[in-house]
Amino acid sequence: MVKRFLYSQKVAPYVFVLPFILVFLLFWVYPLGSSVGMSFQKITLGQSASWVGFANYAKLMGDGIFLKAVMNSVVYMVLTIVILVPFPMLFAVLINSKWMWAREFFKSAFFLPALTSVVVAGTIFRLMFGEMDTSLINSFLGLFGIEPIKFLKGQTTGFIALLALATWRWTGVNMLYFLSGLKNIPEDYYEAASIDGASSFQKFTRITVPMLKPTTIYVITISIYAGLAMFIESMMLWNGNNSPKNIGLTIVGYLYRQGIEKSDMGYAASVGIVLLVVAMAINLAQLAFTGMFKKED
Amino acid sequence: MKKKWLVILLVLSMVTFLWGCGKSSSSGGKSSVLEGGASESATQLEYWTFVELHGQHFQKMLEKWNAAHPDKQIKLKVTVMPYDDMHNKLSIALQTGQGAPDIADIEVGKFPDFLKGTPQLEPLNDVIEPYKDTIVQSRLNMYSKDGNYYGAPTHVGAALAFYNTEILEQAGVDYTKIDTWDDYKKAGQQVYEKTGKYMGTADTSALWQASMMLAEQGKDFTDDAGNPVVNSPELIKGLTILQDLQKSNVLATIAGGQPDTEEAYGEFNKGNYASMMMPFWIMSRFVNYMPDLKGKIAIAPIPVIEKGQPRSYGGGGTGTVVTKTAKNVQLAKEFVAYAKLSLDANIEIWNTLGFDPVNMEVWSMKDVTHNPDNKFIQYFKNNPFDVLNEIKDGIQQIKSTPASPTINNVLGTTALNEIFEDGKDVTEALNEAQKQIEQQLQ
Repeated sequence: MVKRFLYSQKVAPYVFVLPFILVFLLFWVYPLGSSVGMSFQKITLGQSASWVGFANYAKLMGDGIFLKAVMNSVVYMVLTIVILVPFPMLFAVLINSKWMWAREFFKSAFFLPALTSVVVAGTIFRLMFGEMDTSLINSFLGLFGIEPIKFLKGQTTGFIALLALATWRWTGVNMLYFLSGLKNIPEDYYEAASIDGASSFQKFTRITVPMLKPTTIYVITISIYAGLAMFIESMMLWNGNNSPKNIGLTIVGYLYRQGIEKSDMGYAASVGIVLLVVAMAINLAQLAFTGMFKKED
Repeated sequence: MKKKWLVILLVLSMVTFLWGCGKSSSSGGKSSVLEGGASESATQLEYWTFVELHGQHFQKMLEKWNAAHPDKQIKLKVTVMPYDDMHNKLSIALQTGQGAPDIADIEVGKFPDFLKGTPQLEPLNDVIEPYKDTIVQSRLNMYSKDGNYYGAPTHVGAALAFYNTEILEQAGVDYTKIDTWDDYKKAGQQVYEKTGKYMGTADTSALWQASMMLAEQGKDFTDDAGNPVVNSPELIKGLTILQDLQKSNVLATIAGGQPDTEEAYGEFNKGNYASMMMPFWIMSRFVNYMPDLKGKIAIAPIPVIEKGQPRSYGGGGTGTVVTKTAKNVQLAKEFVAYAKLSLDANIEIWNTLGFDPVNMEVWSMKDVTHNPDNKFIQYFKNNPFDVLNEIKDGIQQIKSTPASPTINNVLGTTALNEIFEDGKDVTEALNEAQKQIEQQLQ
């Protein structure tokens, strides 16, 4: 009986996926469910909770700081996609090209930043973008006679620092995705194109880019989520969750401020649910737009 | 073809997932167990703090406690964590009822959050009672709710002015002649003209200056019922004075946003700013972080708007609490009261930490306050307690209310930045801040 069960071809697949299902239920479905529940509650210290209906969501809609956080996160997401898709793709093509020398060196050099901890990197970037005339960036600008800039106190300059950090850190990772995508483009296509007299640029736009589409979709998908859920970078860059005029506040940062710093778990849960809905909507729209849901032919 | 792609993407996403798992960051803080001469059978208590020096104070008091109470000896496990980390961890531990220490330090700015709902802290009334008459009542009230005292105070935190006499002498300014902000302005303009240096800072990330301006006018951030009023005429007037000083090149913003930050210590240490008005405890920062200024800093009462106004207020503060989940609540409470409120403790708080103790009797103990071996006494040009005793009766109190954390947050991140970084109109900035605070507190 036991043996028959164990060797059963029908049961085996379920046994294999069981660990994943369990983890998924325990660490995803259950917390999600309880977050949805919490978002309709007012929870105070001492574990007392009361149902308040949509009060948390109503408050969110009129909360200027929350809207600011959403704006910051969305702008950050869009800008990271604008930077972190084309440039890594270009670098991947360059590194993959036949005439590239020291290929492995550049690969690892690009990838290295991803291995450093965000905490360390964020702290270093904070010092680099410091407002004193002795900080790295300002002393560099000083060479051109530019007055010291208070980078981390202004909206635009603050985002420059934030994007510099993101670009430095993630270019290498995205480049690796594209490199592995490039390896799967058969050499024949390029040969055929060469015979037909296609230029390098034409080969890039007509063969490489379309053939990299699945990788691009994947990179965009994870970038949307990573951009909207960004938190530690901002926290480290501003040495805490309270940046001047909230220029670096993100959705997750606001969730953290409400839930952990102000122990208002119910309100924080509603922030989390809004983040989930926004991220999900953007991702699904993007995937539908790029045709990922079409039946395979 | 497409299948193959799916497999690759799947593998890639698994790699990212696993890799994400490996990136867990550990921030456990620094722990050490203080024996304090305790025997094997001593009870071990756990203590969390965000200031390493507080641990040193507890070590001294622990030795005294264990010697005096052989039947109730204690070992103390001290864990030091960064400010935000410690408060956040403590808040989660108390909320879940698991993992909280027996004793913890909570900073006054965070304290109201821990008093929300049913406080998960033990009332200290019975152990405070024996010391109650000797300590400043207003410092106890900061950590109370509904007649229960939940925190043992550390210091009064009387605000004083600290002047860099080296810079002032270069500019030919006599700091003892500065009584009002008008005097301060004239002195500051002279300093800027002669040395090119700024007289002081315009703070954007902390409310020390705003509190000071309110206290001088006998006002607060909240009304008597505890409702926030940050657009009061008094605060508008106070901040307008500061903004005017900034426009006259007397004040300037500083890296870090306020004097009590790492960046600002460096700026002061280099001699880029000639003065700061800060609570008494800033003395320990001078001694520890601004070694180059030793022997140059003179202490004086802060300037006022009009003569006769109160010349100080109690700023900052840390309440030591005993949690509901403490292993031995009574023992922890007795020890906290002994280590924070007894006369010995108050003397040690000055000796070790350089704070102005809540037992004001200590302020007039000449052998303690004028001890030539004391590193704080050696650092400053004049004796801090001489100044302190001069202004003793005019130390105002800024209330700590449930609205305080929100007020601190909105003013300290937005309004003050708009006023001093962007030059925004004070009234306009404060009206907006008031609206935002009310909205947040709904």
